[in-house]
Amino acid sequence: MSTGTVTTTPDVKARRHHGGVNRRDATAGWLFTAPVIILLGLFLLVPVLLALWVSVSDWTGRGSPLSSGVNFVGLENYRSLVAGGLTTSDFGIALKNNLWYVVLVVPIQTMLAMVLALLVNRENVKGRGVFRTAYYFPSVTSTVAITVLWLFLFSTTGAINKLIAFFGGTGPNWFNDPSAIFHFGATTTPTALSGSFLGVTWWDWIGGPSVAMTAIMAMAIFTTSGTFMLLFLAALQNLSPEVDEAAEVDGATGFQRWWYVTLPQLRPTVFTVVTLGLIGCWQVFDQIYTATQGGPAKTTLTPAYLSYATSFGSQNWGVGAAIAFVLFFIIIVFTLIPRWFLRERKPRQFTIGKATS
Amino acid sequence: MSMTTPVAVQAVAPTVVRRGRPGLRRSGVATLVTYLVLIGLAVIYIFPFLINVVTMVKTDADAAANPLSLIPDPWSWGALHRLFLNSDFPTWFKNSVIITLFVTAGRVFFDSLAGYALARLPFRGRRVIFGSLVAVMAVPSVVLLIPKFLVINQLGMFNSYSGLIIPLLADAAGVFIMKNFFESIPVSVEEAARIDGAGPFRVFWSIVLPMATPAVVTIVILSFQGSWNELGHFIVAANDPSLTPLTKGVAQLASGALSAGSQYPVKLAAGALMTIPVAVVFFIFQRRIMNAAGGAVKE
Repeated sequence: MSTGTVTTTPDVKARRHHGGVNRRDATAGWLFTAPVIILLGLFLLVPVLLALWVSVSDWTGRGSPLSSGVNFVGLENYRSLVAGGLTTSDFGIALKNNLWYVVLVVPIQTMLAMVLALLVNRENVKGRGVFRTAYYFPSVTSTVAITVLWLFLFSTTGAINKLIAFFGGTGPNWFNDPSAIFHFGATTTPTALSGSFLGVTWWDWIGGPSVAMTAIMAMAIFTTSGTFMLLFLAALQNLSPEVDEAAEVDGATGFQRWWYVTLPQLRPTVFTVVTLGLIGCWQVFDQIYTATQGGPAKTTLTPAYLSYATSFGSQNWGVGAAIAFVLFFIIIVFTLIPRWFLRERKPRQFTIGKATS
Repeated sequence: MSMTTPVAVQAVAPTVVRRGRPGLRRSGVATLVTYLVLIGLAVIYIFPFLINVVTMVKTDADAAANPLSLIPDPWSWGALHRLFLNSDFPTWFKNSVIITLFVTAGRVFFDSLAGYALARLPFRGRRVIFGSLVAVMAVPSVVLLIPKFLVINQLGMFNSYSGLIIPLLADAAGVFIMKNFFESIPVSVEEAARIDGAGPFRVFWSIVLPMATPAVVTIVILSFQGSWNELGHFIVAANDPSLTPLTKGVAQLASGALSAGSQYPVKLAAGALMTIPVAVVFFIFQRRIMNAAGGAVKE
């Protein structure tokens, strides 16, 4: 289309015009991105390089990490994460906790966000704005405020346990209950699963999150689904209704229209939501800092919080930075997963192209 | 168009039939179910906040005994009284307002400017910049806590508003969202202006940015929330009590008060009050989210 417009003007004029625009575009491109590049460079890249140095040094937190008294210790700090001992088992527990957090929270929050967006986007629903407001509202509140509320709701005599009691059950002592939910009350480790990885038994690896962590996960889903619903809504409202109408005219059911028409068009948004979700879920920090500080029995410890506590608490800055970089690596690997899953597949793309023409 | 598929032609007749009564009845039931689901979900999302607001004016004993009740018995202004007269809550509030206003304005401008350049302006290094942005988004903010403190200190910004504000002025996720949005807008409108000789900034400022209202609103909401929610950066950027914003202050209040009994009304009051400004901003922009998202450039 664009080339068609250009060729309608006389050839020579168009070429000269084009060259000028390109040079101007290049300058503008750099000028437009400069503020972001400088800010991110100064407060992201430089600090990352400093942290990288700290992770291979024996800096004790005194003075500058670049001073001459600080020594290069190679991969010593990284080795301590896998060599056995307390550092290793703490790291293993934190990884196990966070892995379950990611595996359960990311799919649930993505699906919930899409369901909310689809429900709210329905044209025959009255009061859509009210519902949209209701679902987005938890995302507005700060993590600290929500954590305070959550501590109250999930306290032993709190609202959640009152509700459970109303239906005849007995609620757990949420934030103080370290039992793993997939152990279903069993307390002895089966011998078949007594082997361990990173200082954590296989039995504990498969145990799932603790009851305390489950409450924190519920909070994450509660607060993020609204944000991601907004992203899905923005995408849904930019879809042209003609395609969906054509499918409806062709007699496609609601589910078929969602699966074959809407969902493929939402692929970029699903990619964004899953990627942002993965990045966020591997950095659980504020809730742990405010509510549990890793307890009970380290079952809400996350790599992010462990890194902070190891550095600021135990003054073990090298190990703390090393944990942060392993976490960095994990996040990169995990963000490549949706990229692979949601890549454009040739046959399906062809199908969509035919349907829209 | 000769490419029109036979399927599309056939489908014209059945449309009329589908307007009949069976369809109506089926859609009536479906609508009812939709409403029930919508209302049920809305109760789950809103009820905790009603509890929060009501508990502000409860006594400690009442809050512990009747956590689900929406009627305080007795009413008590003790929690609010303590918060405003015997704590630094007003100072925290002022600091959060200052930081959030500057950060939001900066992010909207810088993120959309960079997002536009990455989506539309062909220049050498664009791919590299975009690649680094995606990489930067993956940097765990916790990696940055210690070294960010070192950099802020080195620049002489520790214990100052500039140290609290400037490092938050640009965020990669916002650039990512703006770039995605600009790519979804047809190029045709801009091209007309460019052929008329408008410069890149002019095209961005007077043509593209006004069309990007839904995305800008998203950025405003996310930035406002983001800087209001920020905790880690404030922990390392200042330790002067007069520069403590709400998140840090309330988190300290929560952990400090825990040792002296639960005292939920005071903590919940702090949480509820710190939610008001972001809630107000959200309600202001709510309308625009609903209306503006639809038809920026249909033709």
